[in-house]
Amino acid sequence: MNALTFTLRRPPQQRVDLALLSCQRIAGLSTAEINAIELQCGKRRLRVDELFELSGSNNREIVFRNSCDKLDRIGHELDGGEITVEGDAGAYCGLGMKSGSIRVRGSAGIFAACEMHDGMLQIEGAAGDFLGGALPGNKRGMQGGMVIVKGSAGDRLGDQMRRGMVLVEGNVGDYCGSRMIAGTIAVMGTTGYSPGYSMNRGTLLLWRTPKLIATFADCGTHTSSSFLPLLFRSWRSLNSRFAEPKAAFSRIHRYQGDLSALGKGEILVKS
Amino acid sequence: MKINGVTIDPTFAEAFPMKATRVIITADSPRWAKLAASTMTGFATSVIACGCEAAIERNLDPEETPDGRHGIAILLFAMGGKGLAKQVETRAGQCVLTSSTSSLFSGIDGGKRIPLGKNLRFFGDGNQISKVIGGKRYWRIPVMHGEFVVEESTGMVDAIGGGNFLILARTKLQAIAAADAAVTAIKRLSNVIMPFPGGVVGSGSKVGSKYPSVPVSVNDAFCPTLKGVARHSELSAGIECVLEIVINGFTQNDIEEAMRIGIEATCALGQENGIKRVSAGNYGGKLGPYHFKLQEIMA
Repeated sequence: MNALTFTLRRPPQQRVDLALLSCQRIAGLSTAEINAIELQCGKRRLRVDELFELSGSNNREIVFRNSCDKLDRIGHELDGGEITVEGDAGAYCGLGMKSGSIRVRGSAGIFAACEMHDGMLQIEGAAGDFLGGALPGNKRGMQGGMVIVKGSAGDRLGDQMRRGMVLVEGNVGDYCGSRMIAGTIAVMGTTGYSPGYSMNRGTLLLWRTPKLIATFADCGTHTSSSFLPLLFRSWRSLNSRFAEPKAAFSRIHRYQGDLSALGKGEILVKS
Repeated sequence: MKINGVTIDPTFAEAFPMKATRVIITADSPRWAKLAASTMTGFATSVIACGCEAAIERNLDPEETPDGRHGIAILLFAMGGKGLAKQVETRAGQCVLTSSTSSLFSGIDGGKRIPLGKNLRFFGDGNQISKVIGGKRYWRIPVMHGEFVVEESTGMVDAIGGGNFLILARTKLQAIAAADAAVTAIKRLSNVIMPFPGGVVGSGSKVGSKYPSVPVSVNDAFCPTLKGVARHSELSAGIECVLEIVINGFTQNDIEEAMRIGIEATCALGQENGIKRVSAGNYGGKLGPYHFKLQEIMA
């Protein structure tokens, strides 16, 4: 069976909510039934076939072709299956994802992987603010799974993140790991202002020396001969620069904080 | 049955169900991995008094270990799950945590989970860090050498203990040579250990004794110096030394294969090197549900 392919006829003028097109939502539906699903587009409701040309029939493998940054909530609460976005994804991509995988060939908007539970989200371009974070007003961000960003990511990456891993090959914005509860964020590029701001637990693994706020304690350098090799080996099968042996290191400078919060988090900087 | 002039007795080894686990110790150097492994498997020859039976299964190349360092796989066996869990935790804490540069991982993914670092983490006094990597939880415990990494739990599986065979030789030196050959051959196998010193039991036992407080005593039937007075001596005049190879393994197949390889190595020395017979220890088939019949294994 070929992948179920939604080819966008033309970029919509308003934002479109694609939460209803996750694999588990359309499982068992015929092509006609899928075409008849009504999607919220601005204040209007549009049938799927008004927006997309549909082909293929494998509901466990979905492709959004000609995608653009107005397509929100792709892979909403995805629970198994694969989604490929050929182009950009809008906001909330992978929101509340439970399992399966999403691959965005372009960039993703704000709140990608927000409150994600498990699975894999791979973004080949850049990611917006609050990647892996919590929805406004909620207290728990990403709670499991893996996010890989090949480009850069915005501010507040991993805000209130609880578990899981976010790997960013490029740069990240301000307050990376803010209010982090636990989990791991690795950044190969630069970090903006105040990484780890108000983090309780969790690990920021950085390739470049950050500008730290005063509430992180300098714990000096050491060689992590077991933990970091274990971590890097777990990334070996990824389609990412993080998988390359030359990316791995074990000599680190450790900072613990944020001491103005619980203070059990850590920033490990390649040394 | 005779192999290379060595008589294979028409008897069987009697073995028992046990619980077992495999753990992997890694360290910055092979020497330190070996030191930690030797300490963890110390005083673990027999459940009669040691609490568990444990030994090194094999050395692991860096590519085979979770953290890419030199490693050693250890198997631990006990009569029940609770006993095994207690032994694993105690030995992990006192022998591996204390060993410089060491880390400790589970060597079995399946099975019922028993604590490995789950309680050991409290040594970190609140500074321990949990990490879930690849679906497994690890604890990073700050220690004076840096950081002790330990997996939260290890898998416990059903296993078998007490597979064995006896080497009956003309002299002590000849018996030792055969036992060493057998142990060397069996050590190439996975999933089995020989928990006694050097893999060899020099003082095989029978259940019970004339003293009510002594649960096991000398296996007089195979004791050369008692051949004239033992009630049912199994030894003829030309046999001056008997050594026992005890094998614990995960499955019947594992033990059968180990016994076959070990007996083959023993028999390869042949009658001309003083190896007279190969026999086995049993309790008449009344105590252990697993019977490893020597002649069937060697057929």
